[in-house]
Amino acid sequence: MPGTVVTITSGKGGVGKTTTTANLAVSLALAGDKVVCIDGDIGLRNLDVVLGLENRIVYDLVDVVEGRCRLRQAMIRDKRLNELYLIPAAQTRDKSAVSPSDMVRVCDELRPEFDWILIDSPAGIERGFRNVIAPADLILVVTNPEVSAVRDADRIIGLIEAEEKGPAKLILNRLNINMVKRGDMLTGEDVLELLAIELIGIIPEDESVVVSTNRGQPVALDDKTKAGKAFQNIARRLKGEKVPFLNLDEKSDFFHRLSKIFSGGE
Amino acid sequence: MEKTAQAVQIKGIREGLLVTLGEGDWQSIFQQLLDQIEQNSAFFQGARLALEVGNRVLHAAELGTLRDRLADRNITLWAVLSQSLVTEQTAQMLGLATRISTPRPERTIKPLDTSLEGENAVLLQRTLRSGFSVSSRGHVVVIGDVNPGAEIVAGGSVVVWGKLKGSVRAGIEEEGAVVCALFMEPSLLRIGEIEASRSPDKKEQNTVMALVKDSQIVFETWKIK
Repeated sequence: MPGTVVTITSGKGGVGKTTTTANLAVSLALAGDKVVCIDGDIGLRNLDVVLGLENRIVYDLVDVVEGRCRLRQAMIRDKRLNELYLIPAAQTRDKSAVSPSDMVRVCDELRPEFDWILIDSPAGIERGFRNVIAPADLILVVTNPEVSAVRDADRIIGLIEAEEKGPAKLILNRLNINMVKRGDMLTGEDVLELLAIELIGIIPEDESVVVSTNRGQPVALDDKTKAGKAFQNIARRLKGEKVPFLNLDEKSDFFHRLSKIFSGGE
Repeated sequence: MEKTAQAVQIKGIREGLLVTLGEGDWQSIFQQLLDQIEQNSAFFQGARLALEVGNRVLHAAELGTLRDRLADRNITLWAVLSQSLVTEQTAQMLGLATRISTPRPERTIKPLDTSLEGENAVLLQRTLRSGFSVSSRGHVVVIGDVNPGAEIVAGGSVVVWGKLKGSVRAGIEEEGAVVCALFMEPSLLRIGEIEASRSPDKKEQNTVMALVKDSQIVFETWKIK
């Protein structure tokens, strides 16, 4: 079966696209699937750093597109997981170095060999966004429970609908359950009510994400952390499993209510 | 001569000349084209020509002959545009372009300008998300939500069968416009020249109609008169 191209995007910067891409890639590879991730953020590459593969880059996506190397040569194999590869972005170029049809061609070449092709998207709604949307079979929109992030996610979902690439699925990242309880943060329900798309995962706010990102050791390598577990659950949902949403707080009935909304929608 | 004008149309485009061939027998059309060129040979001298042939099926012999005849007259045939797959393939085989590279316009949010005869409203059956803008000289009816960051500009009234959280300017062109929604918490609300000084409060938010009374926007429970 040919692989599925999943694009992770958000509109707003800094909501956790790259972290999500890295951790989903790791989670899917841990589950035994063949995974390649592509850094679509040409000129501002990060995915290599988060995956801890920065010092092994020889060729990049632009080299492939411009024919300076074969696709194979640009693929960096992960040290920890045999079935995880990265195609890094070029750091010295910009988004215009690649076109949407280049991305479609690269993905079509990867499809027969991989189960999953994950594309990390740049912030914004310009050329870089169109590049990563073009080849996608499924689009995951990452947002934070903040008004500005949700507003941008809404815009992005509208653009995805206009490109007839929908329906996108939602990842709510960095939810702080204590702040929600105090009424200081948007709840998952608030966000879902506005965006009205299917939720595929909630990642709790977790300091270990920052630590692991800095070390180039994605948190999903270790399912003892809450965030790591949450990423692994999203990977399982991508693979078609039904996984209940993580109960982040035993005393709170919030997730019960949320999962009720969710299962009602299915 | 009438017929000629219809069968072969020539216009200037950025990339040179665009020749549109109408219906009819290929041989006669072909001859008409050559005749026209002959009549205006100075005009065509050194021209770059794109050919629009519609659904017509053309094979290599025909296109090749045409290209050569044109070349004899110092005219370059560089593109053949056709809806026929066969013709496109033929053109590609001959090394001709099959598209004129008009720069694709940026995906813009098109304001829906619908001033239909006898109809004065535009109906949108979708959620208007952030960044979406609709403007109409008539009324606007939305079946769906209007999210924050979306905007509606209407000559007349606005009816939202859903939650209205975006911005609305109604009554640009007519007096007595109203704004109705199942739930209303707009980021901006204007009717005519008057801007709402406040949002509807908790009690007023559901099935509400905003209208102008005494140069002020007031919120009333939405009911049919």
